[in-house]
Amino acid sequence: MTNLKTITMFLFLFLIAMTSLPSITHCRTLIIPNTEKLMESTCKKTPNYNVCLQSLKAYPGSSGTDVNGLAQIMVKVMRSKANDAINMIHELQRSRPSKALSSCASKYNAIVIGDIPEATEALAKGDPKFAENGANDAANEATFCESGFNGKSPLTQQNNAMHDVSAVTAAIVRLLL
Amino acid sequence: MGTSTNNNDSSNDIPCSYIPVPDSLDAAGAMAEPRRQVKGLLVILCGLLVLFLLVAFNGSYRGSNNAHEQASLAAALTSIVDEKSTSSETVPSSSTWSRGVSAGVSEKSNWLFSSNNGEMYPWNNSMLSWQRTAFHFQPEKNWMNDPNGPLYYKGWYHFFYQYNPNAAVWGDIVWGHAISRDLIHWQHLPLAMVADQWYDKNGVWTGSATILPNGKIIMLYTGSTNESVQVQNLAYPADPSDPLLIDWVKYPSNPVLFPPPGIGATDFRDPTTAWLTSEGKWRITIGSKLNKTGIALVYDTLDFKTYEQIEGFLRAVPTTGMWECVDFFPVSKEVENGLNTSVNGAGVKHVMKVSLDDDRHDYYSIGSYDEKNVKFIPDDVDNDVGVGLRYDYGVFYASKTFFDDSKRRRVLWGWIGESDAEYADVAKGWASLQGIPRTVTLDTKTGSNLIQWPVEEVESLRLRSDEFKDLKAKPGSVVPIDVGTATQLDIVAEFEIEKEELEKATSESNVDYYSCESSGGAAHRGALGPFGLLVLADDGLSEYTPVYFYVIKGSDGNLKTSFCSDQSRSSVASDVVKKTFGSLVPVLEGEKFSVRILVDHSIVESFAQGGRTTVTSRVYPTRAIYGAARLFFFNNATAASVTASLKVWQMNSAFIRPYNPDQTN
Repeated sequence: MTNLKTITMFLFLFLIAMTSLPSITHCRTLIIPNTEKLMESTCKKTPNYNVCLQSLKAYPGSSGTDVNGLAQIMVKVMRSKANDAINMIHELQRSRPSKALSSCASKYNAIVIGDIPEATEALAKGDPKFAENGANDAANEATFCESGFNGKSPLTQQNNAMHDVSAVTAAIVRLLL
Repeated sequence: MGTSTNNNDSSNDIPCSYIPVPDSLDAAGAMAEPRRQVKGLLVILCGLLVLFLLVAFNGSYRGSNNAHEQASLAAALTSIVDEKSTSSETVPSSSTWSRGVSAGVSEKSNWLFSSNNGEMYPWNNSMLSWQRTAFHFQPEKNWMNDPNGPLYYKGWYHFFYQYNPNAAVWGDIVWGHAISRDLIHWQHLPLAMVADQWYDKNGVWTGSATILPNGKIIMLYTGSTNESVQVQNLAYPADPSDPLLIDWVKYPSNPVLFPPPGIGATDFRDPTTAWLTSEGKWRITIGSKLNKTGIALVYDTLDFKTYEQIEGFLRAVPTTGMWECVDFFPVSKEVENGLNTSVNGAGVKHVMKVSLDDDRHDYYSIGSYDEKNVKFIPDDVDNDVGVGLRYDYGVFYASKTFFDDSKRRRVLWGWIGESDAEYADVAKGWASLQGIPRTVTLDTKTGSNLIQWPVEEVESLRLRSDEFKDLKAKPGSVVPIDVGTATQLDIVAEFEIEKEELEKATSESNVDYYSCESSGGAAHRGALGPFGLLVLADDGLSEYTPVYFYVIKGSDGNLKTSFCSDQSRSSVASDVVKKTFGSLVPVLEGEKFSVRILVDHSIVESFAQGGRTTVTSRVYPTRAIYGAARLFFFNNATAASVTASLKVWQMNSAFIRPYNPDQTN
């Protein structure tokens, strides 16, 4: 019976290991093969396959979803990239504020209060063209922010991420039209 | 197996990524030697497992690769700039033309770096507030899209519209409402319908009105249910004796229509006005799609409460995608006026119109309505529904007509969205306009297109006018038209090219016709074009919007005329759409080139050849605003002089405001 106890203990530890590891290593969750196929075929139809696949796979709950669901995930990724940019903008505004930086703040504000809610609602309520509008605009806003620095941008990484993720989102939404 | 005490030691500890469970409930308990061995084995196994998992799952996530950073930015530029714009031709050397444009800089990068040495042009409140129109319908703030249920009732024109009460983007959609005596002077009323039922919880979407012979109003509209299924609902005025139709009632047994089998739950919206069949039933059509084939479903009803789906489709056209805002109506071949939606017969053609989800454009087709077989048959399959002519070659979507019985005309409403960035809409607190309502008739001279013209009531806004006769512009010249300020104008202009010059001009055998979209705009010169007017221009011509004709003589000697509106220089700001819009326009024997242009701050609506081809565009100048806006006549052709005669009216505001019962009109 002590053997039984150790075996149960082992199984219990195994369970803890399996559930805690993903969040520690930021690895992908277990993905059902069908969803993976859908992700791959969908991402092939976007301008940036890698950004698309990585974004979708990194997102918990990516399994068992349709193209609309993938688009909704991408909108969440958009929000996360926008927040990254906003955080960086706030940080930079403390040390070296500038007109370009304030201008970027207003662009990203528009993304967060305009484009993303519009895209979220459009996909949830069934009129996807407004999600395409929101995603396209978000990509543009990131570009406008970047060009405001005249080549010496401290936000290139964030703007690129925002742009690329938004462009991928728009491409996925187009598949729904 | 006996037990023996053991120092509970730390030598067993091997790093594991989990919290170890206490050895035993019995804290003082000792462990047997064999048990200890098993435990050690377990710990080792755990460690190996951890290692294995780490190796297996790690490394799949990599940060995004910035290798194509430049390519991404370049790609972004094209999302606003016309992708097909070429930079191969240099800017014309004529100094009066090329002021303000850096010679030799390619078109694509120009718009980004042309302003303030590359710095983003900052919008200020003065520039943004100038953009609001004086005589186009728009709510006081926030977002608007599709026109809904337009109708005339008891002396008032009613206009409803998709409206977001909370933001300057699409969302939380409800029905706005406004009334007018004349389709021009509008007064805002309270919201007509909000999302207060399960069947329209996720959106009170587009719909149409049917007025029955006894005067009763039926409103059919699409609701997005709480589960985002698109259904059709019936509503009617709460009090038919109220001419303002303030309150509306939703039929208690809504929805009246669910998506039929085989149709997607989100592919079923925008019911039309109903028309009578010869059997005395009411018939409507609703757009949808099957894969990428756009289709129009048909339903018959006696009471607008129960419906019978007619087998097949009114029309189906492959590759066009989802058909939104379908409209179906008769036009007369014989008389000038419009027709009640139920009219059919010998002297009548039918028009079928769709809004294509895929490209956000409105297309129409002229043909015949076979009532017996419930089919629309286009006169010309090359101009079938969704693939042929457009109402408007600029920004114009989700349009809808209604029959105005009081003046016996068919009137067209169209939604004009913004062409700027969202952050500007957020800053100014509003987005979207409606076009000036237009009458729609069949062009009896060509028989193959419609004629659209601003309703005559817009002329009641005309104030003082300036007239100019026989102004002559040599090739490559710009002639100022002195009208004072030029932000609210109604322009009627005619242009002529000397017959000899037209005959002398060489044929261009390599092009079939001039394509406005891929032309790169009015800076690119040809033998017989472009020529026209520069609206919303500043004195220094750093900002201007050419509305122009471009004539090509084909290899057969025949002339083909295109009519365009060019936004590429409309603003030094780089975050606005800079495309050129337009299309071919039929110019018949003996006709001069004629255009009517309504300029109203950030909207320019242009009608060529009496309304055969129309282009609506949104422009956002930063300098050519308020008192600095000017008007010019220009001729950028290389081989022809152009003579222009025009009349320009200053336009009054329509004073669109909330309804006040104490004020008349």
